[in-house]
Amino acid sequence: MAVVIFLACAVLVSIPVSWGARRVMVAILPRNMARVARDMPLTAAFGVLVIAVYVFVALFAPLLAPFPERAVVGSQFQPWDSTHWLGTDRLGRDMLSRLIYGARNTVGIAFATTALAFLVGSVLGIWAALRGGWLDQVLSRFVDALMAIPALIFSLLLLTIFGTSVLTLILVIAAVDATRVYRIARSVAQGVVVMDYIEAARLRGEGTVYLIGREILPNALAPLVAEFGLRFCFVFLTISSLSFLGLGIQPPTADWGSMVRDNATLITFGNVTPLLPAGAIALLTVAVNFVVDWQLYRASGLKEQAG
Amino acid sequence: MHAVLVMILQRLGLGVVTLFVVSVGIFGATELLPGDLASTLLGQSATPETLAALRTQLGLDQPAPLRYWAWATGVVQGDFGVSLATRRPIADMLAMRLGNTVFLALYAAALAVPLALILGILTALWRNSLFDRVANAGALSAISFPEFFVAYILIFILAQSGVFPSMVRLSPNMGLGDKLYVTFLPALTLTLVVTAHMMRMTRAAIINLMASPYIEMARLKGLSPLRIVLRHALPNALAPIIKVVALNLAYLITGVVVVEVVFVYPGLGQLMVDSVAKRDIAVVQAIALIFASAYVLLNLSADVLSTLTNPRMMRRK
Repeated sequence: MAVVIFLACAVLVSIPVSWGARRVMVAILPRNMARVARDMPLTAAFGVLVIAVYVFVALFAPLLAPFPERAVVGSQFQPWDSTHWLGTDRLGRDMLSRLIYGARNTVGIAFATTALAFLVGSVLGIWAALRGGWLDQVLSRFVDALMAIPALIFSLLLLTIFGTSVLTLILVIAAVDATRVYRIARSVAQGVVVMDYIEAARLRGEGTVYLIGREILPNALAPLVAEFGLRFCFVFLTISSLSFLGLGIQPPTADWGSMVRDNATLITFGNVTPLLPAGAIALLTVAVNFVVDWQLYRASGLKEQAG
Repeated sequence: MHAVLVMILQRLGLGVVTLFVVSVGIFGATELLPGDLASTLLGQSATPETLAALRTQLGLDQPAPLRYWAWATGVVQGDFGVSLATRRPIADMLAMRLGNTVFLALYAAALAVPLALILGILTALWRNSLFDRVANAGALSAISFPEFFVAYILIFILAQSGVFPSMVRLSPNMGLGDKLYVTFLPALTLTLVVTAHMMRMTRAAIINLMASPYIEMARLKGLSPLRIVLRHALPNALAPIIKVVALNLAYLITGVVVVEVVFVYPGLGQLMVDSVAKRDIAVVQAIALIFASAYVLLNLSADVLSTLTNPRMMRRK
């Protein structure tokens, strides 16, 4: 029952907050972006606000956190009080500080992984669509074979082989997700490659790099940006799950997934502290989903008007 | 009937090819190692003698295709080799756990599929109503939550007050009723995670059809909305619904990994996570192959079933 009341309060508070955030955005953005912001639904304004807060916390973590990330500053599992606002963890480290540093580590690593997956996946996908022929066949069949294995299972297999460190984690997840990005990028690019202006550019004698960078990418950007948001959510959830399983980001680095795992015993005693990092993960994913939903709706709405 | 048989055989053939490729991928992944498995396992403590001994023991002195053949023929006969960490036969370790995992997945599916279909149909029926909006916002949030968050919220609400146990202890001579009670929380977690996606897709598939002329015809005839949805829209929406149900059952396979760890459930997922931490590649390969085969089989049967619901897809060539 307490949870329901809490959720209701959270929703009630977030409505005026996101309304205010939208007003602020309309006021400070340049005119053409402000027009977009004015038509934004409240859910999207909420999403943008949450993402902005996360980025701010991640950038200024050392200034915001009251204690260092890895220092033992109290006894184990201290309750919430005025010095340790959210208590201390299993080793006596300050929960609030680790939560703040976690924004930097968890979100940063997930972002780097998604960016890498996108770089590799979209370049290969567009290249395959552009060249066609055997290159396209070989790459696509290879990706098909990899995609027949469930993503989490395949990541676990690769992590067993290469061991668990942050670098292998980023490379493994990026490789697995690049296959999904490749699929999207290829199908989007295939629609663009048949256009006349590509033919014209080819006749001008432009090289592959110019074609991908200057002709295809700008025209395939809108669906790819929406996909980037969704892909980030997947990567973020996968990395958090792996860290939760003890196979992702390794201690003593502060990370939300492993914080839940380390302090999970508290939940059975009715303490909500371990739910906070999990909630932080959920909140960011919900926020990104809200924004992506709005973007997709905008894209489809514009299409309907044109057609 | 002949065309149906040919179609099923074609898909089965394709499935066997996929399984072969998947098994090669899972087996071949160890070939990606710099050096080989033996030098990785021994690490710093490797001497030329121990390396050579371990290589002979693992069969690494033979070429890869031969080792794959030995491994694959063993797997087909139910022999997965021995664990690198405990030296026990892997098949023995898997036997009990496979049954437990299948039980949990089926339990969750039995809860999730009817729930998702009913919610999907109702939201499509009462489109843009308050019920629809709440259900959709809830579904979007549920998709965004990590599994362990859902699991711990459930533990916090239901297990802490002692209504349901937060750790699953299974014993072999447990009755079905007790078993269902003990595994209720993990099953409910999985249900919440997969229902959202299935519901959204069911709703989208039905709403998509509601704009077609024959539905308008049915509406003009004066049929009740419920009858229109159930008798006219649903049969044509079956193909995408079956696809998304199968996709989510396949998703259950990976979902069980995290949920089993949270609830200390003695299933394959937990064994896999333990084996990854111990870098017991033989066990991880065996479990990955089981999960991947289940995934391939589910997708295959979804393909066959959704083709069967739509005669046009079989004639088209």
